[in-house]
Amino acid sequence: MSYIEIKNITKVFGNTTALDNVSLNLEANKIYGLLGRNGAGKTTLLNLITNRIFPTYGEILLEGEKVSENDDALSKVYFMTEANFYPEGMTVKKAFKWTKEFYPGFDTDYASALCDKFLLKTGKKIKELSTGYKSIFKIIVSLACNAPVILLDEPVLGLDANHRELFYKELLQAYGERPRTIVISTHLIEEAADIIEDVIVIKSGKLILQDSVEKVLSQGYAVSGAASAVDGFMQGKKVLGVDTLGGLKTAYILEKAEKEKIPSGLEISKLDLQKLFIQMTNQ
Amino acid sequence: MNLNFDSEKPIYLQLAEEIEDAVLSGAYQEETQIPSTTEISVSYKINPATALKGINRLVDDGIVYKKRGVGMFVSTGAKEKILDKRKETFFEDYVTSMILEARKLSITQEDILKMLERGFEK
Repeated sequence: MSYIEIKNITKVFGNTTALDNVSLNLEANKIYGLLGRNGAGKTTLLNLITNRIFPTYGEILLEGEKVSENDDALSKVYFMTEANFYPEGMTVKKAFKWTKEFYPGFDTDYASALCDKFLLKTGKKIKELSTGYKSIFKIIVSLACNAPVILLDEPVLGLDANHRELFYKELLQAYGERPRTIVISTHLIEEAADIIEDVIVIKSGKLILQDSVEKVLSQGYAVSGAASAVDGFMQGKKVLGVDTLGGLKTAYILEKAEKEKIPSGLEISKLDLQKLFIQMTNQ
Repeated sequence: MNLNFDSEKPIYLQLAEEIEDAVLSGAYQEETQIPSTTEISVSYKINPATALKGINRLVDDGIVYKKRGVGMFVSTGAKEKILDKRKETFFEDYVTSMILEARKLSITQEDILKMLERGFEK
């Protein structure tokens, strides 16, 4: 059963249509990757799910109930945003206490254990934290709040490589122990590609792809070789885009590869999620 | 242990092969427990559904089995099964691809045989 149903959502700001008739379903206990270029409408979509802004048209249901004017539904969703909603002068420790008021399932012991792992001092004030540590603070709250749905908007912003690795591992550990619906919106596609189960791609306010990562990747491939040979080969195929380097050409094709039908002299290789994303969202 | 995320092979198949390799090397002995789906997912940083798919593949092949409420264990005779399976696919996995590459490089059958002899002498 779908946990969250997004039905024909359109959001207009002034004369800009940020989201244009987007419909999608999120299943319970699955990890989703929400991808899109800057300004594609990712954050708008997450804001709508949590009822921070209201749709111009359409509706969003959580467990079959509208999220608008519905505190019960909203207490099931935790949204980690770039914006900070905690008073600047509040300490990390106090912020945890405060979160527990809104999310009674908040696990304080687990949050302190995570603080130890990330070396976040709980006596520090939120305004004193660096960009990276602000992200870490918000990551810890998201993982410890035990909401059945967590929405993470650019969770690794400002994190160094070690902390990003630690975050992905802790996320998978927490998910393994207690599955929940997780939506990760990120520009670091390569890093997240193997962690997410389904991918959602938004381009200029429109939903252009929602499918399992494995299925998407098995349906596309890159073929490269002499430009003339590649040109001949790609005739009549669904071509996402091409790259050329001198006489060498690579075409990105969104079809299942029939290996036996690849002419000799052409090399085929796997598409990765990042390459696919770039080809799908290039103007 | 490492998964090659650029390989043509889906991650779940690579994972299944990694575990098979560990059984062959004796790292996972028959009738001992292998890591849980969560442990695998965390250690390789892959989605648990992918990890589960890899393990299920091994279950289907009779390499591991599930002990209810405990976890996954290496089956008795798993090593033998893996060896048989690998021998069956050896021709397809190594010989066919070697000949394909040799043709590309205009290496003759004679040259390949000489190389094989040299390889065995080492």
